[in-house]
Amino acid sequence: MQTGIAVAPVEINDLTVAYRDKLVLQDIDLTIPEGKLAAIIGPNGAGKSTLIKAVLGLVPTTAGSVRIYGKPYAEQRRLVGYVPQRSSVDWDFPTTALDVVMMGTYGRLGWLRRPGAAERDFAMHCLEQVGMAPYADRQISQLSGGQQQRVFLARALAQDAQIYFMDEPFVGVDAVTERAIVALLQALQQQGKTVICVHHDLDSAPDYFDWVALLNVRLVASGPFASTFTADNLRKTYGGAMKAAIAHFQHFEEDRRGLGIMKRE
Amino acid sequence: MGAVLAIILTGLLVATACALLGVFLVLRRMAMMADAISHAILPGLVAGYFLAQGPNLLAGFVGASLAAVATVALVEALQNTHRVGGESAIGVVFPAMFALGAFLVSKYFANVHLDTDAVLYGNIEFVAFDVLILNGLNLGPQSLWVMGALCVVNLLFVRLLFKELKLATFDPGLAAALGFSPALIHYGLMAMVSVTTVGAFTAVGAILVVAFMIVPAAAAYLLTDDLGRMIILAVLIGALSAVVGCFIAFALDASVAGAMAAMAGACFLLALLFSPAHGLVAKARRLRRQRLRLAMENLVVHLFNHEHQAYEEHEAEVAHLSSELRWQPRFARRIIRMARRAQLVRQVNGHLALTGAGREFARQASAHRDGEA
Repeated sequence: MQTGIAVAPVEINDLTVAYRDKLVLQDIDLTIPEGKLAAIIGPNGAGKSTLIKAVLGLVPTTAGSVRIYGKPYAEQRRLVGYVPQRSSVDWDFPTTALDVVMMGTYGRLGWLRRPGAAERDFAMHCLEQVGMAPYADRQISQLSGGQQQRVFLARALAQDAQIYFMDEPFVGVDAVTERAIVALLQALQQQGKTVICVHHDLDSAPDYFDWVALLNVRLVASGPFASTFTADNLRKTYGGAMKAAIAHFQHFEEDRRGLGIMKRE
Repeated sequence: MGAVLAIILTGLLVATACALLGVFLVLRRMAMMADAISHAILPGLVAGYFLAQGPNLLAGFVGASLAAVATVALVEALQNTHRVGGESAIGVVFPAMFALGAFLVSKYFANVHLDTDAVLYGNIEFVAFDVLILNGLNLGPQSLWVMGALCVVNLLFVRLLFKELKLATFDPGLAAALGFSPALIHYGLMAMVSVTTVGAFTAVGAILVVAFMIVPAAAAYLLTDDLGRMIILAVLIGALSAVVGCFIAFALDASVAGAMAAMAGACFLLALLFSPAHGLVAKARRLRRQRLRLAMENLVVHLFNHEHQAYEEHEAEVAHLSSELRWQPRFARRIIRMARRAQLVRQVNGHLALTGAGREFARQASAHRDGEA
């Protein structure tokens, strides 16, 4: 995206979302810079998933606006990849891993056009990148949770986007998948893509991300990981559930001091 | 055209048109919604006939389709109140709509060709007599034209929008994010279901049309893991049920629509029992095989653990094994036979000894179990 002046991949202004009379997100102002691996972190019910869904136009917003590279999402769909929560779909659906990945190409195809050999080859290539090529013809209910998550990631790759939104990609996956996801996130970053993940594990967050938005209905803080992921900000984000959060934080601080570096390897 | 041929062809076309859409209703878990639509179109049908001052086909279609869309919208609006959830919302809306229809029929159409029996069960037996006449030309049974057209329309709908229907059914969130409005696809499907229901209605009635939509698709779902094949199978099962049902009904002089729907039910039962992948018989067999294999594994590991111990001989006595592993003697003998056939153990003077292969098997099984722990 060369546009002369730098336009942020994601710019959210005064976003408010309400389910009936309950505010889920309130006055969110958030700009995510290009090329970051960003985490959206906050307690249960903080509106993390809703934030992603609001950006993608999947839930109605009460107020505010969202810009993807300076334009409304509806005009920029092709630039955005989406990995929903694995539990959001029925894995007994009669189809194969490869077919699910091919769904990532549907956006480019548009209405009525059917996927062909080119889409098939590209989907296969995407499966290879997450180490799932041998499972291409497997019925999706026969895959493990981690394998299903990798199929979802491959599908997002098949969207061939600039920005990726992922809703809890690390939940309930095995070690192999966790490593595969991390490697993939880093590969995407090296290609200059921007990745935004809903994440709730404070322990692993410092290892995976270099940018963070702390959310609890309102945006508490956002910015580079090291300067934003502080005890004070976590206390503000987690409030009553703070104890656990601070315990995690101290653990993180100790690691940082112990190794003398920002990231554990 | 002969009356019998007209009936069979009508049944065939009804089954095909219904099964094509039914696959998506089953996968979207909307069987009850289809049931609701099939009943709730009645007031629309009656209103259409009333405005057209007679049983006019087009007026019926328009009225019924509007009633169907109103039903879906009403059900969803009720569900959104969160006070009347899921199935209850359907249960509130469709009896009300159907009752309104039944009331209107009895009040205004007591003397015309629309009685409550026909509404519920259809009258496929008489399709041959209800001919389409255009410019004084007899074009044959009207139901064949209507259902034939619906088959073509549904086939085109499913074929052209296969990718969109698949995506919106599997992952409505991604469908919306990619710009394929799931709401549009949902209402499109509902519209097709209601139009098909109206067409099939006069032939098989409000109750059985649901059987033709849901049952063949549900049977097909048990038989395959591929959406395309599921559609083809659903159509084949529906068509088979229609034809066989017709002949059974003629032979027994029974209700044709009833026999066709019952055949579909029989097909479903067969699929439920004998599907190679998802059938109950195959499942029970798999479970049994797993249980036997696990028992054999237990036996070999048990022998392995007690090898080279002072009481090895005692532990390996056949009689002792059955009490140690808490097996019935018959079951124990069976597992030992299995292990011997697999050449994992051999019998030496009334007690069991592991073979080389048995030892290796036990080591692998133990390692595998430790890995899982």
